[in-house]
Amino acid sequence: MNGLTNPMGTSVGKKLMMAVTGLGFCCFLTIHLAGNLTLYGGKDFFNSYVEHLHSLGPLVTLAELGLLFFALIHVLTGMLLFYQNYNARPARYSVNKRAGGRTLGSATMPYTGVILLLFVIFHLMNFHFVDKTNTTTFQLMSNAFASPVYIFIYTFAVIIAAIHVSHGLWSAFQTLGANHPKYTPFLRGLSIVFSVVIGIGLGFIPVYVSLLR
Amino acid sequence: MTKNINVTLKVWRQKGPHVKGGFETYPATDISTDMSFLEMIDCVNEQLTLDGKEPIAFDHDCREGICGMCGAVINGRCHGQEKGTTLCQLHMRHFSNGDTIVIEPWRATAFPMVKDLVVDRSAFDQIILAGGYISVNTGGAPDANSIPIAQEIAELAMDAAACIGCGACVAACPNASAMLFTSAKISQLALLPQGKPEATSRALAMVNKMDELCFGNCSNERECEAECPKEISISNIARLNREFVKAGLVSVVK
Repeated sequence: MNGLTNPMGTSVGKKLMMAVTGLGFCCFLTIHLAGNLTLYGGKDFFNSYVEHLHSLGPLVTLAELGLLFFALIHVLTGMLLFYQNYNARPARYSVNKRAGGRTLGSATMPYTGVILLLFVIFHLMNFHFVDKTNTTTFQLMSNAFASPVYIFIYTFAVIIAAIHVSHGLWSAFQTLGANHPKYTPFLRGLSIVFSVVIGIGLGFIPVYVSLLR
Repeated sequence: MTKNINVTLKVWRQKGPHVKGGFETYPATDISTDMSFLEMIDCVNEQLTLDGKEPIAFDHDCREGICGMCGAVINGRCHGQEKGTTLCQLHMRHFSNGDTIVIEPWRATAFPMVKDLVVDRSAFDQIILAGGYISVNTGGAPDANSIPIAQEIAELAMDAAACIGCGACVAACPNASAMLFTSAKISQLALLPQGKPEATSRALAMVNKMDELCFGNCSNERECEAECPKEISISNIARLNREFVKAGLVSVVK
């Protein structure tokens, strides 16, 4: 039993890493949503929010590197867990019935996760790795959401994210050992509320931007 | 009201560990609704024997829901659709005339096939051997109640100790994880003063053994607690997680 690698390599350790990084992403989603809500204050308000955020300079880079580090852990561990869990039951049942534990979110975690990874890459290509010298972020959004295909992709991805966090949020607390009759029902409810808020909050933005045009 | 029903069984038949298995269909005729599920299979087996066929192999022992030997997946549900029962305590009154019942064995890499509905659950014994015990010196019996234990704690430990090791949690888990079983065994000891001295090494040893035996990883699907015949709660899994963090990250054990 040497160092940190051994406990973190066990099944419980891997789940702990998923929980910590997952909670990190939940925080990120909250901040991302709060920032994007400035859109409802108008074009200039939104652009000034973007400028203020980018004026933080090295802090933004640090946060980006942190998110990248978390993403690497979350994605690689998730893939390893998926592979191991498949190997733990290669022979499937011919009749599958839920006993009442599984939810839409929990049953689809690996699949919604892969879709989200692809979406995040797509999203970064649209708004991060682009030349912004002669344009504003609002203009970029406005151009992107002129296309119904983009509106569909973004809204779909946000719904997928909502399904993913509906299980992920309370599950992270359970994995971290926080389970008590006093607050576990609250945490399970909070997960649903959080996923609905993220789903509606972020999901409506592409539609709103296209309506503004 | 006792009545007799006819049902059709689709049973997984497999001659041995490395032979290809498949479903066979058998009629179960004139089954009293007072029979348990296992008594119904007994009736089918008697007919199969009379017909010169191999009877269906299945595990069973006490037939009163306390030993943990029986268990099969009935129409996709471990121990059948009734909550908090073992297969031997599932009665035919819960089925209707003309039903088709699909019976499958527990399926998990860690539970290798023996024959038909019988799987080898000795992986559970190995998890217990890794640390599911306390070390006590022999000698005179200690005085009863010499160590005070709060009633609430005693109840929690007793709830965890209700686990009969039937394997339904593994069979029900979409990932074939043994976390509910292992957490119940870790909890019943970690909660009590007698289990505390070895809590650290126990948590590490039992979790490592569980992984080594190719059980899957818990993803909090909660199917285990829904199917457990003893209704063991996943709050035990959270306790295992806490014990593991204490043992793996902040304890003095290297």
